[in-house]
Amino acid sequence: MAKALINVPAKARRGDVIEIKALTSHIMETGYRHTAAGEIVPRDIITSFTCRFNGAELFRADFFPAIAANPYLSFFMIANDSGKFDFEWIGDHGFSTTASASLSVVE
Amino acid sequence: MMDQQHETTRRHFLTLAASAAAAGALPVVTVRPAEATPAMLSAAIHNVVGEAPLRIGKVKLDIPPLVENGNTVPMMVSVDSPMTAEDHVKSIHVFNEKNPQPNIGNFYLSPLSGRAQVSTRIRLADSQKVTAIAHLSDGSFWQTSVDVVVTLAACTEEVL
Repeated sequence: MAKALINVPAKARRGDVIEIKALTSHIMETGYRHTAAGEIVPRDIITSFTCRFNGAELFRADFFPAIAANPYLSFFMIANDSGKFDFEWIGDHGFSTTASASLSVVE
Repeated sequence: MMDQQHETTRRHFLTLAASAAAAGALPVVTVRPAEATPAMLSAAIHNVVGEAPLRIGKVKLDIPPLVENGNTVPMMVSVDSPMTAEDHVKSIHVFNEKNPQPNIGNFYLSPLSGRAQVSTRIRLADSQKVTAIAHLSDGSFWQTSVDVVVTLAACTEEVL
């Protein structure tokens, strides 16, 4: 299981817009590189990322080989309720990793 | 007449020689990264936009204009939108001109996003134009493009 790093504020005031940062370690091999012998290095990338908050989809991304290695994403959410973030990365050759984080909303 | 005949034969020979050289060069060509063609880029954009009109504006693409290393280029895309249930950005699609593939990433937002802004890090195989297209909840499409100069290109290096 690859390492994932999540950065979400633990607390937020109701109605605040918060930033969510997610990073995972992955080579993101493009499939366009070749070895010195001339063989193509097969593609191995993360193809999709999903972030759910309390089960509902908040953000989703499709990745292509043009996304840099160790894909990093930052996006936003309105903090309406306390709850749990679930992050999921899916990729080539059955790659899959998950992470979670929680947010508590104060008045 | 004799000259004409000679000319034709030589041209014929040159054509043959050129195609033979091209055929011989083919294995070499395949190990070089291919480049997306303008047709591939417009096909990729058409897949997203369809026949809908594509307007200029609303979208802002932040990429450094001069990039030293094309392997990891910070990119931020934002859209001028109130992000309410009635009026929000449904998705943002980012494309490039000269990587082997025209797509970079698709990002799907929701009204809960609050702010239509996404950051990530991308690869650029060459100095080129990067295009972002936003799909709004009213069905309209908006785009912007920026030119980026890359000094060290991504994905051309050999492994090992």
